[in-house]
Amino acid sequence: MIRDTLFTLGSLYRDDLRVTGYRFGSGEKAACIVGAMRGNEVQQMYVASQLVRELRALEAQGRVVPGKEILVVPSVNHFSMNIGKRFWSLDNTDINRMFPGYDQSETTQRIAAKLFEHVSGYKLGMQFASFYMPGDFLPHVKMMDLGYQSAELGKQFGLPYVILRTPRPYDSTTLNYNWQVWETTAFSVYSTATDDIDERSARESVEAVLRFLDAQGVLNMGLMPQGEPSTVITEDHLPAVHAPASGVYRRFMHPGDRVRRGQVICEILHPLEGEVIERVKSPVDGRVFFAHHSPLVSERAVIYKIITED
Amino acid sequence: MIHQVSCVNLPVDEQMRIQKVRTMPETSGPNTPRLCVVTGTHGDELEGQYVCYELTRRLREHPELLTGIVDIYPALNPLGIDSITRGVPGFDLDMNRVFPGNQDGALTEYAASEIVRDIEGADVCIDVHASNIFLREIPQVRVSEITAKKLIPYAKELNCDFIWVHASATVLQSTLAHTLNSRGVPTLVVEMGVGMRITREYGDQLLAGIFRLMHKLGAWQGEPPEVRKPIVSTDGRVAFLNAPTLGMFVPTAMHWERLHKGDKIGEIINPLTGEGVPIFSPVDGLLFTLREYPLVYEGSLLARMLATEEVAK
Repeated sequence: MIRDTLFTLGSLYRDDLRVTGYRFGSGEKAACIVGAMRGNEVQQMYVASQLVRELRALEAQGRVVPGKEILVVPSVNHFSMNIGKRFWSLDNTDINRMFPGYDQSETTQRIAAKLFEHVSGYKLGMQFASFYMPGDFLPHVKMMDLGYQSAELGKQFGLPYVILRTPRPYDSTTLNYNWQVWETTAFSVYSTATDDIDERSARESVEAVLRFLDAQGVLNMGLMPQGEPSTVITEDHLPAVHAPASGVYRRFMHPGDRVRRGQVICEILHPLEGEVIERVKSPVDGRVFFAHHSPLVSERAVIYKIITED
Repeated sequence: MIHQVSCVNLPVDEQMRIQKVRTMPETSGPNTPRLCVVTGTHGDELEGQYVCYELTRRLREHPELLTGIVDIYPALNPLGIDSITRGVPGFDLDMNRVFPGNQDGALTEYAASEIVRDIEGADVCIDVHASNIFLREIPQVRVSEITAKKLIPYAKELNCDFIWVHASATVLQSTLAHTLNSRGVPTLVVEMGVGMRITREYGDQLLAGIFRLMHKLGAWQGEPPEVRKPIVSTDGRVAFLNAPTLGMFVPTAMHWERLHKGDKIGEIINPLTGEGVPIFSPVDGLLFTLREYPLVYEGSLLARMLATEEVAK
């Protein structure tokens, strides 16, 4: 393993921001994995750090295929993580809305440009991503459907679902989108949590990436658990259940749980009087893909996404 | 009269309401022109607040001169304005990246779709922004290349100093202006002043332009104010000046000052080391954007300049 400081950024009164990369193997730029790009992505940094730990051991066992190089960048924006902010500490801009970046422009554009310089050119790109809504996901792989790659590839992670996303205009400045534009086959890997560490889904994510690298001939893992058979679905086929009222939220179902049509999946309580004002029922038979987890809920908030069984 | 454009219940005994105030003539019909003025998309931008107030006040002062409908939306992001939050509090979402929104979406997407639905059909919309807390802007209208031909005639009425015709970026397709322009509502984005402040002089300048434009639309029968002739420029004439180092930026040049290449704009000082780095103008031109917030990292935008050749046209 080679530990590199990919780039640094100075600050007037704080320590330098040091973005560190860990390289395994040498030769063709085979795979790059990026962890946290936002200050609240603790789980994403943790998953990447556990991947570094695993790859270090695997490299020592000679399991990185000769002629292949893997780069892992566990954290990009720990400047914000260290002070409890989600986006860039000074101007609140999102580094993952700045790609491919521009080295003569604003600070986060420069960070994106410096990062992209190091992470581009790889055959495969993976980012441990998070979502803006407060909730838990079933671990999955998301692929931006730009027509450059086959969704079948995503099945090699062995996670239960591969989600295909039709890009929206604001996606055009993400790392995943730009990786693909610059001919890296890109995947976003979602584990259950963001702000907190979920050990089980972290392990699943690490295993999924190792399984994928093995299938792609970057690692030689020998015997490796097969993972789950994957189903490819488009994002449009994830019906959302919206909160019919606001108040205190009492969740009954968790990601992965099977639900029946008509089954009560959560309650909403009057915030001041404590009475149940809504019992929300599942509109379909299916499996919970996303579940809101904040104790409070606004009217119209997405509280569940359920994958229908058919 | 105050109307509710969108209303969503927040968790604890509060509604998030987006409101507008409509002022209209005593008689109106399907051909009565309608102008919309929207602001407060970013909660830290307050320059439009004075414009909304003063526009309503003047319309009420002379109702006999009003021959069109004027809809004023002072706070598209009411929670953001109340909490000095640029985005939508709770989600850190940029309200101006969720348009056209979604009727079946969550709070922000739903509100965005209701805003679009309410404005659709207007003859013109003016979307007033106030830069951010970091940069001060002279009053300017920004239009994309693809809408320039249609929008510049309207923009020239607005009494702004500068019309910036910028490249069309994919990411900007999520803005209110793009959505409305693509749905047939000519929408002009005005940038002026600085975040978290109100510059009355700029507000009055824009108000003269709004009354001029209303007159042109047939919505106002008062004497149309004289307006200044704006400089129209493309990206190619705009020079960006980013911080070459970290520190505190202390400007020495004046905003909207004409400078020669090599003139000093300011200095980036380091209070810890006592060192300073002078910042010079990269071109002959006009200083139309000037950094207001002193703390800078490498790359922070210090200034934007309009090259002099363009000024001479």
